[in-house]
Amino acid sequence: MELTWELVAFLGFAVMTLGSGLMVVTSSNLFHSVLFLMTSLFGVAGLFVLLVAPFLAAIQVLVYIGAIAVLMLFVIMLTRQVMSRPELYNQQMAGALVAAAILFLALLFVLTPLADEIGGDVAQVNAEVIAEADDAPDVDYITVEELGRAFVTRNGFVLPFEVTSILLTAAMIGAIVVAREDEA
Amino acid sequence: MVPLWMYLVVSAGLFSIGAFGVLSRRNAIAILMGVELMLNASNLNLVAFWRYINPGEINGQVFAAFVFVVAAAEAAVGLALIISIYVKRHTVVAEDVNLLKW
Repeated sequence: MELTWELVAFLGFAVMTLGSGLMVVTSSNLFHSVLFLMTSLFGVAGLFVLLVAPFLAAIQVLVYIGAIAVLMLFVIMLTRQVMSRPELYNQQMAGALVAAAILFLALLFVLTPLADEIGGDVAQVNAEVIAEADDAPDVDYITVEELGRAFVTRNGFVLPFEVTSILLTAAMIGAIVVAREDEA
Repeated sequence: MVPLWMYLVVSAGLFSIGAFGVLSRRNAIAILMGVELMLNASNLNLVAFWRYINPGEINGQVFAAFVFVVAAAEAAVGLALIISIYVKRHTVVAEDVNLLKW
């Protein structure tokens, strides 16, 4: 495999994602954990760009880094007094390590070849088609407009879309009710 | 174009790291962070398969967008619960909250 710019960018984002991900679970300071989480999520956003999903990359930055990670920062600062307890891990840390390693190896050696088998030919063809297109506009990508239309057309995803809105509203109201201090 | 398996390897690694965080960390916020990592790994898988197997269809991106929404809802409710527990019991350590544990 020749060293293309895409491969270099992919490796960069992959190392960024996995390295920061490791720091998230091993860092003893929770504040640093969230900052590494932001870096990791940014790496995933970069991978989305490489997969020609620019809208999802933007949403990743806006929603995950801009909202969820910042919300976590707020909560960490609100619960500051107990933030740095001596033990980082619970008693099942060794078991968790083994389980995660087994999970990773299983995904790596069982599911990944299986996935290649399922869609291997199609993926190859598409990769060739995409490789033949020499500049970016030749690659067919889904625009925000198409995505927005798909969300609200009847033959598209209007029902899941509305259900998701209800879920989001319920979650927001629930979060306010749960987090509110009782007046009584 | 980068082969599909490389994305799957990154996704598997991210998912396993998240799973380790969820299983082993004591702080509830750290556990939530592990869940976020796992959700991101699944999203990466979804988008990668969409790109390599069926890039003409819109379904893969739509599914990933729904995962974003669910992740946002989960984070909001989870963090609200953590704040509520902290206010009432002055702890964010998951194993200290064991009232309903058998």
